[in-house]
Amino acid sequence: MADRPGVNDFPLAETASDRIRGPRGMTLDDITAEAVARGNATIEDLRITPEALRAQASIALDAGRDALAENFERAAELVAVPGELIMATYEMLRPGRASNRKALLDQAAMLRSAYGADSIATFLENAADHYHRRGVLKD
Amino acid sequence: MAHMTGVNRWRRYSDWDDRPLRLDQFAREDPANGFAAFHSPADPKPGLLLEGGRIASMDGVEARDFDLIDAFVAEYHLDPTVAPEAMAMDSAEVARMLVDMHVPRTEMVRLARGMTPAKLVDVVWRLNALEIAFAYARMRPRRTPGNQAHVTNAKDDPLQLAADAAVAAGMGFDEIETTMRVARAAWSNALACLVGSSVGEWGTLFQCSSEEAEELKIGMAGFTSYAETVSVYGTERSFTDGDDTPWSKAFLVAAYASRGIKARCTSGGGSELLMGYHEAKSLLYLEARCLCLQRGMGVQGTQNGGIDGAPITASIAGGMREMMAENLLAVWLDLECASGNDARATESEIRVGAKILPYLIAGSDLICSGMGSILKYDNSFNPSLFNGEEMEDFLVLQRDFEADGGLTPIVESQALDLRRRAVEALSAVLEELDLAHPTEAMKASVVAASGSRETESFTPHEAARISEAIQARGIDATDVIRALHRRGFVHEAENLLKIVKLRISGDYLQTSSIVRDGRILSAINDPNDYAGPGTGYRLTAARREEICDIRDLLGQGEVLSRQARHDRAESSRIDYQPEGEAGRGTDPREVVIGISPAFGLRIFQTTGRLNLSDVLGALIRGIGAGGGTARVLRMHHTADTSFLGLSAAEMSGSGYGIGIQAKGTAVIHARGRMPHNNLELFSNAPITTLEHYEAMGRNAAAWARGEIPKPVVVPTDGQALGARFHTEVATIHAIETALTDPGRAPETIQVKFLGDGRRVAHGG
Repeated sequence: MADRPGVNDFPLAETASDRIRGPRGMTLDDITAEAVARGNATIEDLRITPEALRAQASIALDAGRDALAENFERAAELVAVPGELIMATYEMLRPGRASNRKALLDQAAMLRSAYGADSIATFLENAADHYHRRGVLKD
Repeated sequence: MAHMTGVNRWRRYSDWDDRPLRLDQFAREDPANGFAAFHSPADPKPGLLLEGGRIASMDGVEARDFDLIDAFVAEYHLDPTVAPEAMAMDSAEVARMLVDMHVPRTEMVRLARGMTPAKLVDVVWRLNALEIAFAYARMRPRRTPGNQAHVTNAKDDPLQLAADAAVAAGMGFDEIETTMRVARAAWSNALACLVGSSVGEWGTLFQCSSEEAEELKIGMAGFTSYAETVSVYGTERSFTDGDDTPWSKAFLVAAYASRGIKARCTSGGGSELLMGYHEAKSLLYLEARCLCLQRGMGVQGTQNGGIDGAPITASIAGGMREMMAENLLAVWLDLECASGNDARATESEIRVGAKILPYLIAGSDLICSGMGSILKYDNSFNPSLFNGEEMEDFLVLQRDFEADGGLTPIVESQALDLRRRAVEALSAVLEELDLAHPTEAMKASVVAASGSRETESFTPHEAARISEAIQARGIDATDVIRALHRRGFVHEAENLLKIVKLRISGDYLQTSSIVRDGRILSAINDPNDYAGPGTGYRLTAARREEICDIRDLLGQGEVLSRQARHDRAESSRIDYQPEGEAGRGTDPREVVIGISPAFGLRIFQTTGRLNLSDVLGALIRGIGAGGGTARVLRMHHTADTSFLGLSAAEMSGSGYGIGIQAKGTAVIHARGRMPHNNLELFSNAPITTLEHYEAMGRNAAAWARGEIPKPVVVPTDGQALGARFHTEVATIHAIETALTDPGRAPETIQVKFLGDGRRVAHGG
């Protein structure tokens, strides 16, 4: 897999099957029905990695899909974020949930410092400004 | 007799009242109340003002007054490097570029990035329906068309879900979507459809439409591969009333991708109208806002084109065209498009067929989103445009237009095998995971059932219990794979694993991804390269053969073998004894019956399914009853009704004769007339009865006596007899004409009706 894969590297499962790995290092070839049956591969091995998402972002950008690439970049940052925290953040973004602008900014800062989620944090900060302006916050 | 003044209605209106069409409601155009498809006085004029690289105003709204949708569109959709150029272009010129095959798709997609919602609308409203369909064919992202199925049932019965999912996958649906009657059954539905769709070939993507948080959890457990119900709306109030904002939905889209799950948003004309917050804007303008939002979010695709709002959109003038325009906007904005054609927008089958046709011939990433692969009453989303009842109609439309609607006809035995295997596989999983223990009777009832009203299977209550157990015990896709494997369903275990493994590389997260023949096809490696005739998607010879191979095709072999089934029975009823070349009759009361070359030799029944012995018997009986004498001659030189009749008349002592083809078409003719100027003709053999043939015999005898009889009328109910019979008619006629010998004279046939030993006609 090239460092910045492009459209010619698609699909990665075919062009870079040796380098595409699950979160615990298993390759696509390692993950067989027998391995699952023996318990050697679990659902934890069947998750996408930030690396794979960034590679897809790079392909999307090469295909001229900047917004899709940005979504994949945001997703890459969320891989490490636990499900409960994702759902809690989603809940905060719903109308009338976050009590004020600061609550959203604090959440952004936490995601940035704990998970290195820069683009997610920026996204939340942007939401905070517009929510404040449009009165979508609780207070 | 009533006076004219007593007439108060042309009864045609009563006939029209009884048609399914009149069940549809049609809305008066009323932009102020949101009932306008393309234009409303409240729609803004396109406009964009950039100041110092920032958007100062868009579509007549200043930045400080932007609502959440404007703000999101301005921030994430509009590309300031393209916008000045794109917004300055003449909308009519852009409209022409959309249908100009010489302008590359990539160029159009680039320009769309710089257009505001009002600008996009100002372009596409200029296209008529045909131009929209053509532009859609040009702009859709992936070259190969696909389709999506709904798989649900009224009981949330997992066994039936598995069986129906297997058939849907077997018919070639690229995606399957389920939902529940009872929300608690979500996990059970997901498990059942996943196992069912792993029977046969692998590669069917699957989603379980449920509450946002739960849907994500089901996805994270590996049961589903995509989500499609991330709803967005075109007004701020609709959005917040739906308990979301553009930011919350965009975050959710990223969350799905972070779990390796493909996602589409959903929007569609009429949704804001149904929610009561339409701001008096036209449907298309609001949808353009939705789609710009979606592009800005970076979601892979959209499910749009009316969707739940399709019925109300279709009630408005231009509504069907509006839905096409919505889909065009989606693909122009480079979004994968599951193009609606799901909610049943009409009770009229004619409107259904008309609705689907542009999509079928233009192709679409997913033509329906989805098609009801189950019966209407089993569809937990509500009936689709096409349903289990009508799937064969869709298959035939594919064949009619040689257009790929993504489906492949399967033979009955294959469908049954798929259902059996799916039910066995799911039963094994349910037992192995100790979730339930279906009985043989339950399984058998499901395998055979067309719909849930015919099953003796799990109740909604039991389905909910199974579902809760799956969730409570934290069962995931690998537990299912393990259970299948342990019980010998290795092929299914492997298929299921392949689907879950897609999320590791994330290839299928790219725009317009489906799995075909074990490979990902997407807008990246299968881009729509349409550039005029001979380019873009074309049926291969092999794919054409698949599409065209519908069931019960008729060829000469089928017609002959169907006829041959009556050979033995007919030979026990009648004997045609040839007695050499016939002479001209002298008896003034004689009526000659000229039978065709294959009559009673290769063909034994008319297209009205009457035995030829009975038909000939009726003619002879009628001639006798009319005071005539019948003589039967076989014509070898012609198989044409007119010439059979005319030749019979020429040979007849009275100068009157009857000609009859083996398929049952019969004519009374007279000596010396022009061939096609006959006296009476039964042209609709399929609806001609023995009584009619007997009456024709009587009339022929009456002509022989010098009388002018009242013609026999064969009443028709307006059946499409051509559609019902012409394949057979043309085939039989070809068999007959192949037997003709132009130089051979008519031959006397001694007809002997067996059984009572009565010989009713004599040669010579």
